[in-house]
Amino acid sequence: MSALLTVDAVSKRFRGLVAVDRLSFEVPAGGIYAVIGPNGAGKTTLFNMIAGVFAPDSGAISFAGERIEGLPPDRVCRCGIGRTFQIVRPFPALSVEDNVIVGALLHRQHVVDARAHAHAVLRRLDLYGKRAQRASSLTLPDRKRLEVARALATDPKLLLLDEVMAGLRPTETDRIVAILKELNRDTGLTILLIEHVMRAVMALAARILVLHHGAAIAQGTPEAVVRDPAVIHSYLGVEDVS
Amino acid sequence: MIARLIEGVPRRALILLGVLLLGLIMAPLVASDYLLTVLILILYFAYTGQAWNIMMGFAGQLSLGHALYVGLGAYTAATLYVHFGIGPWIGLLVAVPVAALAGAFVGFLAFRFRVAGVYFAILTIAVAEFARVGFDHLNWTSGSSGLFLPVAQYTHNDLWNLRGHPAMFYYILLAATVLAFIGCRALLKSRIGYFWLAIREDEEAARSAGIDTFHYKMAAVVISAAMTSFAGVIYAFFYNNLFPEQVFHIVRSIEIILGPIVGGIGTLFGPILGAFVLTGLAETLTAALAAAGVDLPGTKQVFYGICLLLVIMALPDGIWPWLCKRIGLAEREK
Repeated sequence: MSALLTVDAVSKRFRGLVAVDRLSFEVPAGGIYAVIGPNGAGKTTLFNMIAGVFAPDSGAISFAGERIEGLPPDRVCRCGIGRTFQIVRPFPALSVEDNVIVGALLHRQHVVDARAHAHAVLRRLDLYGKRAQRASSLTLPDRKRLEVARALATDPKLLLLDEVMAGLRPTETDRIVAILKELNRDTGLTILLIEHVMRAVMALAARILVLHHGAAIAQGTPEAVVRDPAVIHSYLGVEDVS
Repeated sequence: MIARLIEGVPRRALILLGVLLLGLIMAPLVASDYLLTVLILILYFAYTGQAWNIMMGFAGQLSLGHALYVGLGAYTAATLYVHFGIGPWIGLLVAVPVAALAGAFVGFLAFRFRVAGVYFAILTIAVAEFARVGFDHLNWTSGSSGLFLPVAQYTHNDLWNLRGHPAMFYYILLAATVLAFIGCRALLKSRIGYFWLAIREDEEAARSAGIDTFHYKMAAVVISAAMTSFAGVIYAFFYNNLFPEQVFHIVRSIEIILGPIVGGIGTLFGPILGAFVLTGLAETLTAALAAAGVDLPGTKQVFYGICLLLVIMALPDGIWPWLCKRIGLAEREK
């Protein structure tokens, strides 16, 4: 299978601190790919470089054959990469439906068409019944799913999920896991996720990349990665696995 | 066409709007000359308030310098009339692009160099002040001694040259206010309206949803500026005199934004309601004081201050959202 996203020797420094250090990996089209690692490993920095929040100091990022490193976030999104934020940022004063319509309007000219698409996305994310509510009145699990819905409405080929399960109860986590699996299976959507919740990572990801101090210390299938001594030492073993 | 216009508007709101419009159309038949000038002032603020609301209420960009666009519209049309005998409607074809360009200039400076929030507001004040001082020294428009339009007797209404009875100006402003209302609603319910609201709510999230925020913020400033300049043209031909100290003064900018703040920023009807409440009450107060033989300069300003204070403390979203709930009109607009 060909790679949809290719990250090639990408580095990013913040005032001498190396956040991401010559990192390379490939995300195959149609797969679910997870990035794990301890806090400060450079996961969000990596995401922000892919999403266009800032440009890498060196290295290349290609998406569907096009170089995208250094493009602003709106251009990256128009290329077909949708993202969520680690700290959710819905449009608070807008209704749930309107939040998703904003995303749907990216590739649709008419609000009527966008609304129809938004409804389909909301049904998928289990939010259709709450579409008239203000986004600010939602609970955290609902906001997390709204964040996914808005990104999904832009018709991405690749969905970047930045810790969408963080802070959720196990039942909520399972719910999102089921939704994401279904999405991937039905639409062939490629998903790249950063996640701390190992329960979700093991259930979802076909491949895992483990970051530590900005570098990849392991890559492979979930079964192989969790048995890797370097991973156990730097990440899994240190954290109290709950 | 009409079916699309009123789509999604509750029947009660339509009836209320119809009654209000009918009342406003009939008003000059019964209103005294004084009341008519008050109504003209109200419509002027209802119109400019709506224009300002596009920038602040929809796209979230605070302008404290809308006097710039009023002044540019007024001076452009008046200068063309005085120097070249070009009528106001043709003058409008120049005045609107001039104001739109000024808006594009402010927008480009701010959005290209990421001047946002309070600093953006200060930039809008600065450009308006710059224009005020500039026009003070511009001999072609008679500088600080003022530009005067030839005053005609009200023998007949000359719509083409905007010479005539105040009632003519009243109807022009009424038409402009209604068109602005319909236009604002159409904008808000379209693609650009959704993108504006997204930018207002969270600009970074809007960008990640693929919105070219620079482009849409520019559109908001340019549309708002162009709309505002029309009010400037009417201002020039109604008052027949222009002084940079007056038209470009920051007080003019503040007056424009009071209506929407009191009525409800970001709502469609708020700016109109705010203009009626503020200007209506302030003029009533002035008239009452005059009738009582009391002469207190600055009463109106103090009154505006008190109104603003009360609204901000009691109804921070403005009167209109609150009134909507009270009269059973569910808030259908955003």
